[in-house]
Amino acid sequence: MAKNFDIPTPKKRLLSLQMDPKKFEPATDAEKRQQDVMAESTTFFRDGMRRLMQNPLAVMSMVILLLVILMMIFAPLFVPYGYEEMITVNGVRDPAAANLAPFHYSALEQQYIDQGGKIFPHIMGTDELSRDYFIRVVYGTRVSFLVGVFASLMVLIIGVLYGAVSGYAGGRVDLWMMRIVDIIYSLPDLLIIILLAVVFKESLDFSQIPIFANLGTNMVSMFIVFGLLYWVGMARLVRGQILTIKENEYVLAAKSIGASAKRIIQKHIIPNIVSVIIIMTAQEIPAAIFTESYLSFIGLGVALPMPSLGSLANAARSGMQSYPWKLVFPSVMIILIVLAFNLIGDALRDAFDPKLRK
Amino acid sequence: MSEQKIRKINVRVANPKPHRASSDHPVLSVENLHTSFITDSGEVKAVNGVSFNLDAGKILGVVGESGSGKSVTAYSILQILDQNGRIVDGDIKFKGKSLLEYGPKEMDAFRGNNCSIIFQDPMTSLNPVFTVGYQMNEALKLHTKYNTTKLATERSIQLLEMVGVNEPEKRLKQYPFELSGGMRQRVMIAMALACEPDILIADEPTTALDVTIQAQILELMKDLQKKLGMAIILITHDLGVIASMCDEIIVMYGGRVCERGTAEDIFYRPAHEYTKGLLKSIPNTDNMKERLVPIAGTPINLLNMPKGCAFCPRCENALKICLEEVPEELMMPDGHFAACWMNLKNEYEKEHGKEVS
Amino acid sequence: MAKYLIKRVALALVSLFLVCFITFFTMNAIPGGPFNGEKAKSAAVMQVLNERYGLDKPVGEQFFNYLKNILHGDFGVSLKTGRDIATTIGESFKVSAKIGLLAILVALIFGIILGAIAALNRNKWPDRVIIFFVTLFTAMPSFVMASFLLLIFCIQLEWVPVWSTNNPSYVLPVLALSLSPMAYITRLTKTSMLDVLGQDYIRTARAKGVAHWKVIFVHALRNSLIPVITYVGPLTASILTGSLVIEKIFTIGGLGSKFVDSITNRDYTMIMGTTIFLAFIMILMNLVSDILYKIVDPRIKLD
Repeated sequence: MAKNFDIPTPKKRLLSLQMDPKKFEPATDAEKRQQDVMAESTTFFRDGMRRLMQNPLAVMSMVILLLVILMMIFAPLFVPYGYEEMITVNGVRDPAAANLAPFHYSALEQQYIDQGGKIFPHIMGTDELSRDYFIRVVYGTRVSFLVGVFASLMVLIIGVLYGAVSGYAGGRVDLWMMRIVDIIYSLPDLLIIILLAVVFKESLDFSQIPIFANLGTNMVSMFIVFGLLYWVGMARLVRGQILTIKENEYVLAAKSIGASAKRIIQKHIIPNIVSVIIIMTAQEIPAAIFTESYLSFIGLGVALPMPSLGSLANAARSGMQSYPWKLVFPSVMIILIVLAFNLIGDALRDAFDPKLRK
Repeated sequence: MSEQKIRKINVRVANPKPHRASSDHPVLSVENLHTSFITDSGEVKAVNGVSFNLDAGKILGVVGESGSGKSVTAYSILQILDQNGRIVDGDIKFKGKSLLEYGPKEMDAFRGNNCSIIFQDPMTSLNPVFTVGYQMNEALKLHTKYNTTKLATERSIQLLEMVGVNEPEKRLKQYPFELSGGMRQRVMIAMALACEPDILIADEPTTALDVTIQAQILELMKDLQKKLGMAIILITHDLGVIASMCDEIIVMYGGRVCERGTAEDIFYRPAHEYTKGLLKSIPNTDNMKERLVPIAGTPINLLNMPKGCAFCPRCENALKICLEEVPEELMMPDGHFAACWMNLKNEYEKEHGKEVS
Repeated sequence: MAKYLIKRVALALVSLFLVCFITFFTMNAIPGGPFNGEKAKSAAVMQVLNERYGLDKPVGEQFFNYLKNILHGDFGVSLKTGRDIATTIGESFKVSAKIGLLAILVALIFGIILGAIAALNRNKWPDRVIIFFVTLFTAMPSFVMASFLLLIFCIQLEWVPVWSTNNPSYVLPVLALSLSPMAYITRLTKTSMLDVLGQDYIRTARAKGVAHWKVIFVHALRNSLIPVITYVGPLTASILTGSLVIEKIFTIGGLGSKFVDSITNRDYTMIMGTTIFLAFIMILMNLVSDILYKIVDPRIKLD
C-alpha cells in the first residue's frame, strides 16, 4: 500500500461521503467550456497593438508627438512672422526688438500697442537678429523632423531591399553582399558624413532645383550621405530574419501540410519581419535627428537662414549668459521629440517581440 | 568526445551508508503546499495543495505534463523559485524540521548539501565561463571537508569516475561547451552527489538527451542510489522511465495530486481520468494496432483555475460535480489513492446496482 | 582564433584604406581643394606642397605619395597656418585623450554599477529612478547636455571655473562627455544582467547552496559584462565624436575643437589629417573590442 504521505484526517471510505446523486450526471460540453478560461487568440498585430496601447508612456509619447506635429503644421498659419523676417512695427524695421525675452515687447512695439495696435506675442522671444524665435523653433523642428523621417525611410527602403535580396539569394551572392556591408559597417560613419558634408557644401549646388532650394544644399547632401551609410544595420537585420525564417521549422511544417508558398510567406514570414522592421525604424528616426542636429551644431547642417534645432542651439551659445532661453527652447524640443520616439520604439519592441513576453 | 560505455564503477564513498537508519520522520515531508507566482497578469497558481512523504532510501516518481507544477514543487523544496514566486501556504519538513523557518544561511547550507537537484537541460545548466573543475570544486568547498582546491580537485576526479566520465583530470580543466550532452549531465549528477545529500531531486534528467544516453543515465542513477542510499524524487513526464525506477508514484495535474500509488497500481489500476488518458496515449505492445488517443484540449491555464477539478474541461467523462467541487483523495480498494469523482460514482453504482438517472 | 584575428585585422586595414581614399579624393574634388592651385595660396605653402606631393603628377600618384607620407607620420602642412599637422595633432590630442579616457572610465564604471543596481532591484524605486535618468540622458544630444551643464554650473551657479590651459577643470567636460554613453551602458548592463539572472546555470549555482552575493557578483556578473566589453569600440567612437562639440562648448583647445575649426576655415589638409587620425583610433578600438570579446567569452575560444 502506498504510504508516501501523511494526512491528518483519515481517508474517508467512499460511501461515507454525503453526496447529491444528481451531481453525478455527466457534464455537458458547454459547461466544460465555461470552466476552461483560455485567453482569446488574436492575430499577432491585434495582440501587439493592444499591448502597445496599454503602455502609458507609449500613449503619452504618441500624444506629445501628435501635438508637435500639429504645431509644426499649423503654427505658421497662426503666427504672423516669417522665420527669416525681422520684426517690423508699422512697416518699420525694429532692430531694438532683438533678444527679447518670451512675451516681452520692444519699446517700439509697446508704443504701437499703447496706440491701440495689435501685435502677436513673441511666445519664445526673439533672436539676436530680431526674428521671432517661436517661428524659428517651429521651422527648426520641421527640418529636424523631416530629416529624421525621410532619412529613416531611405534607410528602410534600401536596407530592406538589400537585406531581402541578400538573404533570399543566399550562397555566394549573399556572402559578397554581406562583405560589403561589413566594410561599410566598420567605417567610422560620423567622420565620413562630416567629410562628405564638407565636400557637398562646397562643391554641389542644388539651389537650382526648386524643391530643394528652400532646404539648402546641405540638407540634400545629408540625405545622400544617410542613404549611403546608414542602411547597413537594417540590411543585416532583415537578412538575418529571412535566414532564420527560411530555416525555421514552422515554415517546413506549413509546407508539409500543403500550404502554398504564398500562404507561407503571408502568414508566417511577413508578421515577424514587419514587426522587427518597424521597431528598428522607430529607433532610426531619433538617431537621424540626433545626427542632423549634431551636424547643424558644427555648422554643416542646413543652410542659413533656414533654422535647424541644432544650429539654433549653437547660435544660442554666444548669448547664453544673458539670454538662456534661446538655448533652452530648441534643446527642449530636441529632447522631447527624441524622447518620444525612443519611448515609442521601446514600447513597440516590448509589445511586438514575442520573446519578451513576461 | 565519444560517449563512454558504463564500465564497472569503482565507487569510493566517503561515508559509506549501507542502509539509512530509519527514523520516525520521513526524510522529507511536503504538507499541503501552495506555491504561486505574482505576475503583472495576476497570480499564477502553480502548486495547489500537494502533499507527499519521502522515506529515506526510496525513489518517488512525480509524473505530469509541463505546467502541472512538478518542477515548481521541487524548486519550492529547495527555495530556488524565481523572484516573483512565493510559497503561500503549507509546509515542507526536512527530517521533522520545517524548512520554511530556515534563515538564508541555513538554507544555503541545506542546498547542495542535504538536498541537491539535477536539472533538465544540461546544455544551459552549467555556467559557460567557468571550467567544470571550478564548478565542481565550488560545491565541495562549500559543504564538505574537501575545502582546499587540491583536496577538492582530487575528490572531483573520484566523483567524475563514479559517474562514468572518462579522462576526469582533463575534463576538469575544460569548459562546459566542450562536453557532449550526456557528459554534461553526468557532470551535473556528480556535482549533485558531491556532498552526498540525503535527497536527490532529478528534474527530467533525461528529457534533453538521446534515447541511448537516457538508459545509461538512468542505470547510473539507480546504481548510485543503491550504493549511496539517498532518497530520490524523480520528476518526469515519461511514464516508461517512471515504471522502471520508482517505488511510489504521484501523478500531478494543475498543481494538484491526481493519483498516488505504486507503479503497479498506477499502470494496471488507474483510478483517475487523467492517468487513464495518459496511459492510453502512450504506445505499448498491447495496443500496437490501435490508434493513439491523445488527451484533447490544452493544459490548464494556471492564472484562472476553475472552481472544480482542474482536469474537468478536458475530461471525457466529466460529471456535474466535477465542475464545482475539487475532488478529494479517496482510497481505492487496493489501497492506492485517487482524486476523482468518477470513483465515487462507480462505487455508488456498484453498491446500488442501478444507474443514477 | 587565428583565422578570426586575421579576418578582423584585414577588415580593419581595408576600412582604414577606404577612409584615406575617400578623404583624399573628396577633398581634392572641392574647387580650391588641398592640393590644386585654383585658390591663391602663399608661395611658401605652395612650395612645401609641391615638394611633398608632387602636384604636377597625376592624382592617383598623388594619392600614393600621400599615403606613403602618412605611414611615415607626415600628415602634411596646414593650409592656414603652415604648421606641421602631425605636431599639431600630437599636441592637441594630449588634452583630448585625457578627457576622453576619463570619460570612458567614468562611463564604464558608473554605467556598470548603476546597471547592476537597476537589475537587482527590478521594478523597485532604485530601478525606476535609474531608468528615468537613463531614458532622459539617451534622448539628450551631447551638445545639449554640455550646454546645460555649462549654463547651470559654470555661468549661473559659478561652482566650476571656466576651462583654461593653466587651470583646466575636468569635471564638467568629462561629465558632459560621459553621461550619454553612461546611460547606454547602464541600460546594456541591466538588460544583460536580467537576461543572465534568468538563465538555468544561475539556478544551478543557487541550488548548490552558493551564497546570494556570490551568485550575483561571481556567477552572474562575469557573464553579464560580455556585451558591455564588446561595446568598448563604439564607446570610443562616441566619445571621440562627442569631443568635437564638448571642446567647442567648453572652449578647450583639444583636437576636437581644432577639427571643427578646420572645417569652418576650410583648412583641407588639416581636415584630411585629423580625419584619418581619428578614423585610425576608432577602427583600432573596434578591433580591440572584437578581440577582447573573443578572449572573454570562452565559448568562442576554440574555433
